Amino acid sequence: MKKVSIIDYEGGNLFSVIQACKSIGLDATLTSDYNKILKSDGLILPGVGSFPYAMNILKKKNLINPIKDFISSNKPFMGICLGFQLLFSRSEEFENCDGLDVVKGTVRKFDFQDKNIKVPQIGWNKIYNGIGWKNSPIENLKQQEYMYFVHSYYVDPFDKKNILSYTKYEGFEYCSSIKKSNIFATQFHPEKSGIEGIKIYKKWSNLL
Amino acid sequence: MKTIRIIPRLDIKGPNLVKGIHFEGLRVLGNPSNFAKEYYNSCADELMYVDVVASLYERNSLSNIISETVKEIFIPLTVGGGLRSITDIKNVLKAGADKVSLNTAALKTPELIRETSLSFGSSTIVVSIEAIKQPNGRYLAYTDNGREYTGVDVLEWAQQVDELGAGEIIISSVDKEGTAEGFDIELTKMISESVSVPVIAHGGAGSIKNIIDIIKIGKADAVSISSILHYGIKDKFIKDNTNSEGNTEFLKKNIGFSKINPINLIDLKKELIKNNINCRI
Repeated sequence: MKKVSIIDYEGGNLFSVIQACKSIGLDATLTSDYNKILKSDGLILPGVGSFPYAMNILKKKNLINPIKDFISSNKPFMGICLGFQLLFSRSEEFENCDGLDVVKGTVRKFDFQDKNIKVPQIGWNKIYNGIGWKNSPIENLKQQEYMYFVHSYYVDPFDKKNILSYTKYEGFEYCSSIKKSNIFATQFHPEKSGIEGIKIYKKWSNLL
Repeated sequence: MKTIRIIPRLDIKGPNLVKGIHFEGLRVLGNPSNFAKEYYNSCADELMYVDVVASLYERNSLSNIISETVKEIFIPLTVGGGLRSITDIKNVLKAGADKVSLNTAALKTPELIRETSLSFGSSTIVVSIEAIKQPNGRYLAYTDNGREYTGVDVLEWAQQVDELGAGEIIISSVDKEGTAEGFDIELTKMISESVSVPVIAHGGAGSIKNIIDIIKIGKADAVSISSILHYGIKDKFIKDNTNSEGNTEFLKKNIGFSKINPINLIDLKKELIKNNINCRI
């Protein structure tokens, strides 16, 4: 059974990520231990909460090096929601805050002129286009598939050739997933996106 | 165009799915897990579990049913009822809930909204507002399923909840709840237009037209429905149900609820799409 570590930082619901892994036969554990993380076959950085708060916890629990070292090891890595945003250089949440900087780009707040538009975006939205999906964890999904999103911030990657899919919220198009060598990361929550979402976990697990 | 969410709401008492009218006179409808699975398989966008007697006993007893549910249901689950403290919230999140809905505790200690949305993420914190229209036309917030008067103005409270950092607001009309007479459109519209976060309308769905109206006129971002779905499928599980405890007379006699035209979730969504409402199928 393949071993997957899920980065354990307090707050947020990590349970659903564990359940999704279990449902497709992965041995998933929450951990913040350097050796355990580096020894695992795959690593998931989940996340709900605020960017500065999460970065603080990653620092406090000495989790920044294990994440970066794992990514350098070239084994499959998945980032979800805030765990996707944390990969980028910096965020404009509250004050400017530095991220892990393994992907160049900035995390920005949805800024709509029309104040009737609801932020956060909460709910199902479609993913489409980007670089080809072949050989990526979303390979088996159809274009315009619905995924579940919860976020007030979006990522603006410097390098467009890492953008695996786009999504449009209230007319505004943004990057909803990326693929960069062994890094796969999504703004949406595959573990909350029904059967299609579980297909993403399954496909990702085939890389392990 | 934004995608509207349809959220089946399951009121739970002990081991049973129940349903009342104005939150009173609870009837047993069956095993909640059966209904939850059925809704998951027919494209529910999220699910909501509410421990309807928790406030009375000041505890939420849904942990077991939550952890059973999330083993096979991969859509967001919101849990409410009797959550009073950070520890209570941690417990249901640990059991597998994605979000919690707070009412009594939030009204008692509004700062709890800020505190919990900072530590758990604002999208985890949903504030539920139970509104009763007063003779003078004002809406006041109640707790304990519309039993306890607070004197708090619903509009002012919703705006405060928004500022304190809640991720969503559920607005329940106690007057309409369980009646199948249609949602309180005026109430939902007033709240939805006054806050920045998504608003979930709850209470009163009796027909597809009611649901279309609350989205188009009431500006609901999501709709929470129960009877209209439950009454359509309760017979499917009747063999599982009739031995359970509680007020099962209603089930045994196999009577319906005359005011409701029960509907299947997928058919409902198809109708919404025909009416130019975007939703996931």
